[in-house]
Amino acid sequence: MLGIPTKSKHTKGHNMNEKTLDFIEPETSVKVLKVTGQKSSRKRILDMGLTPGTRVDVIRRAPLGDPVEFKLKGYNLSLRKREAETVLVEVLK
Amino acid sequence: MTEKITVALAGNPNVGKTSIFNAITGSKQHVGNWPGVTVERKIGKRVYNDVMMEIVDLPGTYSLTAYSLDEIIARDFIIEEKPDVVVQVIDATNLERNLYLTTQLMELGVRLVIALNMTDLALAKGDNIDEKKMQEFLEVPVVSTIGSKGNGIEGLLEAAIDELHKTRVTENVFTYDDQIEENVEKLRAVLESDPYFAHYPSRWFSLKLLEGDENIIKKAKESNSYSEIQKIMNQTDAEILEAKVADQRYKTIQTMLRQVCNINTSHLSGSDMVDRVVTNKVLGIPIFLSLMWAAFEVTFTFGTPFMNIIDIFFGWLAETATNVISVPWLASLVGEGMIAGVGSVIIFLPNILLLFFMISLMEDSGYMSRAAFIMDKVMSKFGLHGKSFIPLVMGFGCNVPAIMAARTIEDSRDRLITILVAPFISCGARLPVYILLAGAFFGRDAGVVIFGLYALGIMVAVLSAKLMRSTILKGEDTPFIMELPSYKLPTLKGSLIHMWERGKIYLKKAGTIILIGVVGVWLLASIPAPGSNGTFASEEVYGTTKSVIGMIGQVLEPLVAPLGFDWKIAVALVFGVVAKEIVVGSMGVLYGVGEDEESLSNILAAGAMTPLAALGLMVFTLLYVPCFACIGVIKRETGSWKWTLFQLIYGTSLAWGFAFVIYQGGTRMGLLA
Repeated sequence: MLGIPTKSKHTKGHNMNEKTLDFIEPETSVKVLKVTGQKSSRKRILDMGLTPGTRVDVIRRAPLGDPVEFKLKGYNLSLRKREAETVLVEVLK
Repeated sequence: MTEKITVALAGNPNVGKTSIFNAITGSKQHVGNWPGVTVERKIGKRVYNDVMMEIVDLPGTYSLTAYSLDEIIARDFIIEEKPDVVVQVIDATNLERNLYLTTQLMELGVRLVIALNMTDLALAKGDNIDEKKMQEFLEVPVVSTIGSKGNGIEGLLEAAIDELHKTRVTENVFTYDDQIEENVEKLRAVLESDPYFAHYPSRWFSLKLLEGDENIIKKAKESNSYSEIQKIMNQTDAEILEAKVADQRYKTIQTMLRQVCNINTSHLSGSDMVDRVVTNKVLGIPIFLSLMWAAFEVTFTFGTPFMNIIDIFFGWLAETATNVISVPWLASLVGEGMIAGVGSVIIFLPNILLLFFMISLMEDSGYMSRAAFIMDKVMSKFGLHGKSFIPLVMGFGCNVPAIMAARTIEDSRDRLITILVAPFISCGARLPVYILLAGAFFGRDAGVVIFGLYALGIMVAVLSAKLMRSTILKGEDTPFIMELPSYKLPTLKGSLIHMWERGKIYLKKAGTIILIGVVGVWLLASIPAPGSNGTFASEEVYGTTKSVIGMIGQVLEPLVAPLGFDWKIAVALVFGVVAKEIVVGSMGVLYGVGEDEESLSNILAAGAMTPLAALGLMVFTLLYVPCFACIGVIKRETGSWKWTLFQLIYGTSLAWGFAFVIYQGGTRMGLLA
């Protein structure tokens, strides 16, 4: 259940469900595949629990469209789109 | 003789660490800064069972990486100062993420005690946590507490003392995959053979090296074994390893949690329901603005009667002192210098206390993060954080509490920029200057002019923020990763303690600077200028050409002449540093009409200055050196004279530039003639 598909190659784009987190509409659930981006922000995002395999619910966008609120591991987290862009996810059905 | 121990209090932000700290130490706290940085450090004392405990409140952190100042401070304190026991406060309603820090504290090899806090809320939520099993799993004492009610504190202290007398703690409860473990063991062998590393927990240090932690690598570089260390480090890819480590820590936590607790994830929490309204697309902004308005009203409207009382009291005290003391110069020193000086410090206290009471309510309830969430889009356009909005808005009332409110911003660079630009927001004390000058020169358009000044203040503040962000405070953008903690009912006690702490800091640290400034200006105004034959502090000297300040005004005159100001204005501006509203009063004295504002505006309008110069003067008053109280808090909050001075020079240069363009440009174009 908690498999970690870290090794998958995303560049080929076989899987149409793979997206970056900033593109996910509210009220959708996703599974984290990988965190990219600069070292410091990547490490922080991982520390906050967005490790591969984690389920993340997209809750809502702020009234002005950015940042975005997520729920994961039983707590609520907000990321600017710029940070969400570095999180590669797969949409859960 | 009692035993003396140091207990460090660690934990994630928003887990009720402060309430545990308050419950342990009561009022015996000392608030200062960590050496060399502006991160706040709180230390408290408590004697329990004949043990004298010094409780050090570490910054709230989610992890212990080298990427945030707070995390470096927390971990350096643990590694370097070696507290006897570390107590980690854990939010029982949010175990998984909280235990992530636990894994790292355990790797540090410290004697750890867990305060499982807010167990009442976890229970209400329907979570079932088996503390005993958790304790067995972690091999660390777990004590359940309810910090806001003070429950479980004695048990916690007892566990901390017990832990001290136990034999060595284990540091590798958390294991990683074979490949990582193999490299960790190799590194440990090297570290343990080099006495340079004897001071550090070897397992943790090895892991950090493998993760490519810059701070730790720097420490390792100073050792003789670095080449050997480097060889092992080169065998792994830090980026992959760091993801693996985080992943495996969370996996271990999940495995444990499945066995020690039953978490209810089925229903929508109360917090989620509140957020559906509070951060709603349509309602979010109106609710936010109404709350801001309410906080502003409470701070400044409720504060006004208290400020009036303080004003009247010190006015009366100064007058009485002046009447009682028969030596004229001494009477003036005590009355106009010292008493007025103390008064000018205390006058801000009602605003500061009320604002911090309101801020504390917003922070403790969890709303502050929502406010940042709602406003971040706007603020990020200017290189600021969502949390910068509140300090800037409060600046319309008074810049002093506004600058202090910047403390709510976690990132030190965002905080610094907010502090540096906050004085450009037009505060209440500038209004009397605008009213007089705009009234005298612009008649029916006075309202438009005043509105324009407020708008200019906002523009200068946000554009300066953007400018500083892209020049002197450039650097890697801080990622915006903010928790939206679940809503909690703030406690009156917590808010009152917070409010009082801020008041105390203001009086102690900023108060001194304000007092020195006010008495300094009094001296300048009282000492007769060389060559003039007046007596020290006599009425004929005070603040006139015969005083040093008058002389300074004449020296400054060539500097302000291009702005259409004469020496009298220069002197009034020097006085204005005491408090901006004084600009009006001192102009009255200098133009020989005393406190009578109507005759002053008549004299001015009759030709003492041109409308363009008056407009320039208003803009100058808005932007130049803020008052002593502001200077005092800027110094206190940035911890640096360099940044304080930068603000003063930057603001004054802008003021001069704007006034110059208005006066010279306007005159050339024949405007307002």
